[in-house]
Amino acid sequence: MPSVSMKVNGKQVSAEVEPRTLLVSFLRENLRLTGTHVGCDTSQCGSCVVHVNGKSVKACSMLAIQANDTEVTTIEGLAVNGELHPMQAAFREHHGLQCGFCTPGMVMSAVDLLQENPKPSETEIRDWLEGNICRCTGYQNIVKAIQAAADEMGG
Amino acid sequence: MPDSGVGSSVRRREDQRFLTGVGKYVDDINRADQVWAVFVRSPHAHAVVKSIDSTAAVAAPGVVAIFTGADMAADSVGSLPCGWTVVDRHGNPHKGPPHFPLVRDKVRYVGDHVAVVIAETRQQAQDAAELVEVDYEDLAPVVNPAGALSNDAPQLHEEAPGNLCFDWELGDQAAVDDAISNASHVATLKLVNNRLIPNAMEPRSALAEYEPGTGNYILHSTSQNPHLLRLILCAFVLGLPEHKVRVIAPDVGGGFGSKIYCYAEETVCTWAAKKVGRPIKWTADRSESFLADAHGRDHVTEVKLALDANGKFTALKVDTIANMGAYLSNFASCVPTYLYATLLAGQYTTPVIYANVKAVFTNTAPVDAYRGAGRPEATYLLERIVEVAARETGIDPAELRMRNFIPPDAFPYATPVALTYDTGNYGIAMDKALEMIDYKGFAERKRQSAAKGKLRGIGFSAYIEACGIAPSAVVGSLGAGVGLWESAQVRFNATGSVSVFTGSHSHGQGHETTFAQLTAEKLGIPYENIEIVHGDTGSIPMGMGTYGSRSLAVGGSAIIRACDKVIEKGRKIAAHLMEASVEDVEFDGGQYKVAGTDKSKTIAEIAFTAYVPHNYPEDVEPGLDETAFYDPLNFTYPAGTHIAEVEIDPETGVTEIVDWVAVDDFGKVINPMIVEGQVHGGVAQGVGQALLEGCVYDPETGQLLTGSYMDYCMPRADNLPLLKVATTETACTHNPLGVKGCGEAGAIAAPAALMNAITNALGCEIDMPATPEKVWRAAQARGAQAAE
Repeated sequence: MPSVSMKVNGKQVSAEVEPRTLLVSFLRENLRLTGTHVGCDTSQCGSCVVHVNGKSVKACSMLAIQANDTEVTTIEGLAVNGELHPMQAAFREHHGLQCGFCTPGMVMSAVDLLQENPKPSETEIRDWLEGNICRCTGYQNIVKAIQAAADEMGG
Repeated sequence: MPDSGVGSSVRRREDQRFLTGVGKYVDDINRADQVWAVFVRSPHAHAVVKSIDSTAAVAAPGVVAIFTGADMAADSVGSLPCGWTVVDRHGNPHKGPPHFPLVRDKVRYVGDHVAVVIAETRQQAQDAAELVEVDYEDLAPVVNPAGALSNDAPQLHEEAPGNLCFDWELGDQAAVDDAISNASHVATLKLVNNRLIPNAMEPRSALAEYEPGTGNYILHSTSQNPHLLRLILCAFVLGLPEHKVRVIAPDVGGGFGSKIYCYAEETVCTWAAKKVGRPIKWTADRSESFLADAHGRDHVTEVKLALDANGKFTALKVDTIANMGAYLSNFASCVPTYLYATLLAGQYTTPVIYANVKAVFTNTAPVDAYRGAGRPEATYLLERIVEVAARETGIDPAELRMRNFIPPDAFPYATPVALTYDTGNYGIAMDKALEMIDYKGFAERKRQSAAKGKLRGIGFSAYIEACGIAPSAVVGSLGAGVGLWESAQVRFNATGSVSVFTGSHSHGQGHETTFAQLTAEKLGIPYENIEIVHGDTGSIPMGMGTYGSRSLAVGGSAIIRACDKVIEKGRKIAAHLMEASVEDVEFDGGQYKVAGTDKSKTIAEIAFTAYVPHNYPEDVEPGLDETAFYDPLNFTYPAGTHIAEVEIDPETGVTEIVDWVAVDDFGKVINPMIVEGQVHGGVAQGVGQALLEGCVYDPETGQLLTGSYMDYCMPRADNLPLLKVATTETACTHNPLGVKGCGEAGAIAAPAALMNAITNALGCEIDMPATPEKVWRAAQARGAQAAE
């Protein structure tokens, strides 16, 4: 079996995996980082979004071996020293989550949005989120949370 | 830190774990020696299973076992039951053919459970499942509910001739027919309530373990209802004593009804865990969720509304065919009957109503309660026909509704369809909604749209729902197989903190926050000192789970009752400590006080004394730990008005929602932020039903055509507007909190509001989902008609 090696949330990890192993399976099953969720089979729902080399990626649409030698950040790596990332804090403050299942992917997508566009309009936020499905919130408070995080982060 | 009392928007305590990725959903839980289950599912909608050959699959790498229906039959495993017996119009119980967890003779829908493969890894189980050879003899399927009743339709079950599950009625048919024949105007409509797939974002999952040392089973399940799941598994399917089975539903990623039920998968895993002697994990992929989660809605209805010359409703007649799917799911029979026809009065004084419901079996996935459950179907048809009546009589649709509202001084109000509404004030919600959407300015906005070549429409939905289904004695007399109470245990710990054990289950609703708020206020102790425990039959006395917006009205009331018992017991201890008579001890804000003195003790001091009873009344047991069961006296009746305003581009058929107001009466509100979030989510699901979502089976082959997110269109962020949400308040008169329930309101109200807006813009009727293609055709036909 091929081996893969990558830095996940700042920690170097390596393992032997079947070639067909998806990045999301590697994170969840090999590393037990279960914050990254699997919500569909077709890369439509976005519950599995992580950052690979700083860019948001659906971890179900990438093989683990494709992530060899990369830096991966998952939801578990976002808070620093127990302090929520401003995006996480904004989701909490604005009730941008209910069941919490889509939330890690939503937050990771939203963080990448602000890297691309620090001051997005409501329309730009809604457009950006087309790859993430939330069944609970109606998106209204997710949009509010992202706008608030943009303000907080000085966009 | 905001005030944590009742009525304040406390931020949710559950969010910390969800936002940092350390929530524990079932699929996140693993055992060192677990094996994986993968189901062999039917590729046919209807076929005889002639033989199953597992030879090649058994030999595949990693395979531990393969089981079929014959193996379960050999162990006398029962069928998955329907828990509500509906008696038809002739006095006969509904037809309930057996629904075995693994099929024994025939498959009856695509995705039906043929065999289970258990292997060391999920991938190995998937690979081996493809090697199981099943010899099918194909039969003709039927997926259309009306078609299933035709004389030459394929027959699904011997026990249900003509595919008829039941033919049920409610109301006075003769009086309704008489009123219709004497009416000044009769509005008529045929409509479809489209079949939906619930799509909680977390797929269903199970982790089943058997402990040979104790003979105990532990099932982790994505359930909304762990105690009921245990009851059904034990008493009806597996024949196990309840005390030997513990069901844990930890963090659950949304339910919307689809996770209430006892499904084949968790049943098979629990049974097989003992056979293979290892923990068994199963997690659905999304394709399986589409195939085999209980679906929702799927009605075809003809409705007639009779009016007198003043626009007063004089009668309503409803004929519905309801699709049950291939088998009866746990609650399937009560959804199109007692949760549907009993809501047909809506907010109106219609004096006579008659409903006939024919429930039919088809070669499709079982249909059961989905957010709203029967009430969205009732509201949809009623609010659509009211809109048709308004168009046909030329009466303003808001005015027509207000003319027929039950007046505020008429409560309690007995409807002609078996319910008694305790309280309500529908006019103030309508007035507020009209103001919020600037109804007076609509005509001008419509002119401006027309100038741009756009069609503008406005649509109303004055809905009512019945939440917290009750009382047990009444539902029992109507066929329910269970009681519909809720339990709570309120336990003071020795150092003054409180553990609350509730039988309702949270899968996104924020109970850990809301229930702590109301307990803190009731007991007068800090919110931070309260933990809410739910979702584990091993620690919670009993429970009936979460559905039908019952958690606060029924579960919250049980908590209040348990708190009352705690306070009463504490009063005796306080009286002893303060050397006063019990009657003189008052409880307020967490303090016991002797009336007319400055003597006081905090409830935390009393709790400590109860566990360290060195100085204690002789006739009082140690401990401060009380359990209560609350059985509601009636449903609660949330109601309100939603108004949608849309703009349609006739060139593309795209409907843009340009404005939305929701004015809801949920009674007392504990946490406004959470309530508002529930409205947003409910409306989004209703908008999904109206514009985008529709489960489609191929009518010839019975194949599920909308089997993934590639084909089933879920609402996304750019499909929804910013909603304007407000509440009015008439407190529920019969529960101690005055609460009514808010979880389903949006999903109930939204489809009618949006479709009324679209048909208002188009000037003709269309069915959901109002896809751009369908709207475009209607707009073009309208244009052609105008040109003639």
